[in-house]
Amino acid sequence: MAKTMLDKIWEDHVVARSPGEPDLIYIDLHLVHEVTSPQAFEGMRAAGRRVRRPERTFATEDHNVPTDPVPVVRDPIAREQLEALEANCREFGIRLLDMKSPERGIVHVVGPEQGLTQPGMTIVCGDSHTSTHGAFGALAFGIGTSEVEHVLATQCLRQSRPQSFEVRIEGKRPQGVTAKDIILGVIGRLTVSGAQGTVVEYTGEAIRALSMEERMTVCNMSIEMGARAGMVAPDETTFRYVHGRPFAPKGKDFDRAVAAWSRLPSDPGAVYDRVEVIRIEDLAPQVTWGTHPGMVGPVTGRVPDPSSARAPEERLAMERALAYMGLEPGTPLEAIPLDRVFIGSCTNARLEDLRLAARAVRGRRVAPHVRAMVVPGSELVRRAAEAEGLDEIFTQAGFEWRHAGCSMCLGMNPDILRPGERCASTSNRNFEGRQGRGGRTHLVSPLMAAAAAIAGHFVDVRQWELSDLPARGMSA
Amino acid sequence: MTPLTVHRGRVFPLDRADVDTDQIIPKQFLKRIQRTGFGQFLFYDWRFEPDGREREFPLNEPRYREATILLARRNFGCGSSREHAPWALLDYGFRVLVAPSFADIFYNNCFQNGILPVVLPEATLDDLFVRASGPEPLTLEVDLPAQVIRGAGEPIPFEIDEFRKDALIRGLDEIGRTLHASDLIDAYEKTRCQDFLAPVH
Repeated sequence: MAKTMLDKIWEDHVVARSPGEPDLIYIDLHLVHEVTSPQAFEGMRAAGRRVRRPERTFATEDHNVPTDPVPVVRDPIAREQLEALEANCREFGIRLLDMKSPERGIVHVVGPEQGLTQPGMTIVCGDSHTSTHGAFGALAFGIGTSEVEHVLATQCLRQSRPQSFEVRIEGKRPQGVTAKDIILGVIGRLTVSGAQGTVVEYTGEAIRALSMEERMTVCNMSIEMGARAGMVAPDETTFRYVHGRPFAPKGKDFDRAVAAWSRLPSDPGAVYDRVEVIRIEDLAPQVTWGTHPGMVGPVTGRVPDPSSARAPEERLAMERALAYMGLEPGTPLEAIPLDRVFIGSCTNARLEDLRLAARAVRGRRVAPHVRAMVVPGSELVRRAAEAEGLDEIFTQAGFEWRHAGCSMCLGMNPDILRPGERCASTSNRNFEGRQGRGGRTHLVSPLMAAAAAIAGHFVDVRQWELSDLPARGMSA
Repeated sequence: MTPLTVHRGRVFPLDRADVDTDQIIPKQFLKRIQRTGFGQFLFYDWRFEPDGREREFPLNEPRYREATILLARRNFGCGSSREHAPWALLDYGFRVLVAPSFADIFYNNCFQNGILPVVLPEATLDDLFVRASGPEPLTLEVDLPAQVIRGAGEPIPFEIDEFRKDALIRGLDEIGRTLHASDLIDAYEKTRCQDFLAPVH
């Protein structure tokens, strides 16, 4: 029978199956960070358990890390949490990229960058944006701390098989429209709970045409529509990206791996539990106006009127969101003035994101009332960007150029919004207080964020002139 | 884990859809390295002003303060995977959550902590919200073995996965259960075809 990619990866990882019980599935790669792991290690110690596969476990420090050139953790509770991870990794024999490591960065940037993330794997992390790794044709999903402990102790998880959901993206992407706009458009259409209980596989010509970094942006936000995971079938783009990375298979092993990975894509005629087809020829750059990622619209649109809501419950949610965001119905999105701009996060802080933003910024100045910052997703991304001169483009324009970390995506480090501040952010969540209590977040692409920093308000980047980059320019 | 069989308690109606885990417990409280003590931070930004004074929020009303059953709208617990959210709910005193749907990771996390998330149809919840929002607090009895909720008119039946139900009733440690299958895990690792996976250190 024709199988979906989810079928294949799932069946390949079933350790035990009994009637009336969720499957016991094997986990190939367990990524760990400081915020969701201390209680799991404590549980291991209390029960006298050892980590079953330390060599399949990899840790990073990212959420609490300050983004200053020399990170000094002044918050004593944050420091205790980071020190706990360092001590736990020593005690249990786990490889850690700590704050001093030249390769450190956001866990979902580092995994792919180091070649840890590979097609066909099962990958978990105590972090909902683990869905990012699905871009490689892996089954990757976020788990809670109890499950982190379960994986540490057993290298397995009990899981009910999710439904398969094909989201087919058809049509050619218009100029100025990025992977971020595609996924925001999809979430707007399917709603923030529209993919609950499913693993989304993104297919279609528009997805095939995306680079690996763009596919990661799309898969990253799968969780924002409630999906357990998002995935893209591996192809030549995937294999080229993985090849030569530190933890990727080498030589003949790589050839064998590619042969195995090439069998992963869904068979012709495979039946998904659900299918949606979305065309993107007419998609405009997207901007969120509310307090979850489904409250989103084209930059050419206006803040919606709650009286237009289909249900009373939806009207109430819109009224609450607009009150929190300090927005009046009918206001053109382009007229919304900004205080802050954040280019960063596991969604949009890879090299291509920074190149694109730099093209919108080069030779211009950040608006006087805007404070703008760029936080690369990893130290490798930062150094690569600096080698291309991107840091100078940003700093000459008035951006702050920071070191790697989760930073203002969730404000666990010192980078936060003050109450009432309005921010154009390339991150993934515009929940109330996400970037700082009372802060107002608008989610956009790196291109939109960069242009907004210059203009001081949102602009339609389809009309924004992009500069070439010095020396090694980009082709996108 | 404390077993859960029949739970009787007062109901707190939280009439909002898509409540994310950032609201259930804001990020500034995620830096602690213990599992306990998070109840004081539950719904913090909704319950308290930045200076710690109480805000106008239903959970601060005397009739709901002692609640142990939470009514919510669809997609409760969406967003971040933080298990601090169920820890905060449990530490505050909630043992049962009732909603038309829950976000997947949050739903799993509840079972890991002895919290029962019950899924009921929207219409049934509409009725429960009306009953729980009156001047007199509503008390319900949630009978997990019988899979029924009593105390709001006709008993309300609910569905739940047998495996999870059994674990909740017996207060089972899921890790201990999986470790019983160690020989199967050993066997799986031996036969694993993807032996080109390099160790990560």
